[in-house]
Amino acid sequence: MCVGIPARVVELESSGPHTAIVDVDGAQREVNTVMVDDEPLAVGEWVLLHVGFAMSKIDAAEAADTLAFMRELGSVYDEEIEAFTSDLP
Amino acid sequence: MKYVDEFRDPEAARRLLADIADAAADQPHRKFMEVCGGHTHAIYRHGIEALLPDSIELIHGPGCPVCVIPMGRVDDAVAVACADGVTMCCFGDMMRVPGGESTLLEAKAGGADVRVVYSPLDALALAERNPDRQVVFLAVGFETTAPSTAVTLLQARERNVDNFSVFCNHVTIVPPLKAILDSPGLDLDGFLGPGHVSTVIGTHPYRFVPAQYGRPLVTAGFEPVDILQAVLMLLHQLAEGRCEVENQYRRVVSGAGNSRALELLREVFVVRPHFEWRGLGFIAQSALAIAPEFAPWDAELRYDVPGVRVADPKACQCGEVLKGALRPWECKVFGTACTPETPIGTCMVSSEGACAAYYNYGRYSSRSRIPVHAST
Repeated sequence: MCVGIPARVVELESSGPHTAIVDVDGAQREVNTVMVDDEPLAVGEWVLLHVGFAMSKIDAAEAADTLAFMRELGSVYDEEIEAFTSDLP
Repeated sequence: MKYVDEFRDPEAARRLLADIADAAADQPHRKFMEVCGGHTHAIYRHGIEALLPDSIELIHGPGCPVCVIPMGRVDDAVAVACADGVTMCCFGDMMRVPGGESTLLEAKAGGADVRVVYSPLDALALAERNPDRQVVFLAVGFETTAPSTAVTLLQARERNVDNFSVFCNHVTIVPPLKAILDSPGLDLDGFLGPGHVSTVIGTHPYRFVPAQYGRPLVTAGFEPVDILQAVLMLLHQLAEGRCEVENQYRRVVSGAGNSRALELLREVFVVRPHFEWRGLGFIAQSALAIAPEFAPWDAELRYDVPGVRVADPKACQCGEVLKGALRPWECKVFGTACTPETPIGTCMVSSEGACAAYYNYGRYSSRSRIPVHAST
C-alpha cells in the first residue's frame, strides 16, 4: 500500500477528466490522474501508482528500475499486482 | 538475497559499501532509523544489515500504517462491519489485523460482509452499484494514501452517493517522528526519511529534525543502492559536522511535495487533536478526521462504535519494536506464538512490518540471535 508501483499510461481521459487507463506488467486498469494534472500527461509516459491514483510522474528509466526492484521484493509486489488486477468485489 | 552480486547494480553497491566502511571507520557506533515500512522490507529482503559494518545499526521505525493501528480501532471497524446492511471495504493488509475481539477476516467468516478493494474508488463504485447496501471504506495510511480518500469523498459528495461513508484512520508522518525524538533515552544518530510519503509532503516538513533535534535526515529511494547511498550521506554529514535534510531520492521527491495532493488533504480533512498509535500511545495532532463539510460521509458519525481503548496483549512487544527499542527477534513471542499466519501483533501482519519482514527474510541476516525462522 505504501510503496508505489510504476504504471505506463495507455489511454488518457478514458472515462472523463482525470482518468486514464494504465498498464502494469501487462494488466490494465483505469486510474485517477488528478494528482499529476499540474503538468501534461501523455500516452506512453510513466506514473507511480498508489491505490488507484497516479501520485507522481516518473521517467522510463526510473520506472524500469523500480519495477525490476519490486519484482525482487516478492510478496509486496505480488500483493500489489494481485490487488491491481482484481475486479470489483 | 545476501550477496552484492545479486543486486542489479553490484558495482555501485560495492563502491558504496567500501565508502561506507571508510566513513564508518572514523566514527563511533551509529544508529539510524528508517521510518518507512517499504525500506524495512527492502533492508531485510536484501540482507543489507549484514553487508554494513558492525558499527552501523539500522532501527526500524513506525512507518507501516497497518502496524500502528491500535486494537480499539480494529474493534470499531468490526462493529461497523457487523452493523445491519453494511458492506465494509478495506485493503487486503487490514483483514488479519487483530482487534481486541476479532479480526475483520473473522468477522467475515462470522457472516459480516467484508470485502477487499484495491482503491477507495472501488468502494465508492460498489456503493453506486448496490444502493440497498451501506458501503463503508476503512481508510488507513499515511499521506501517500490519504489524498486518494480525499478524492473519493469529493466524488461521493459531487455524485450525492448517500449510501457510502469512510471510517477514517489516516495518520501523518511528522508527529510520530517527533514523538520518537521526544522519547526519553533517545538513542538515534540520524534518519532515513520515507520515500513515497515524501512525494506528497516533500522534504521541507522534516526540517525540524535537524533544526530542533540536531539529527540529520536523508530521504531515500527503495533500492539497495538508494538505501546504501542514504546511509553514506548520513555518515558524511556526521563526519563533517553538518546536520541537514538531504534528498537522495531527488528523481522522485521534491522539496515542496505534491501541491494538488496537499490541497486535497486540506480541503477534505481536519487534524485530530490526538490519536492512538499502536505501541506509541496517544500522539497529538497525528491523524486526520473527515472535515465537518463532509460529515454525511463520515462513518464515525453514522455508526455507533465502541470507541474503547484496548490494551495490547501483554506478550506483544510491537510498541518497543516500533520505537526501535527492541529488534523483532528479541520479542518474547516472535516466531513462536506470533507468526504471519497467526499474528498477535500488527508488526507481524503487514509484509511491510518489521517482524513479518524479518520472519520471512531473517535467515539472511548475520546478526540474528535466534535460529532461522524462514518461510518463503
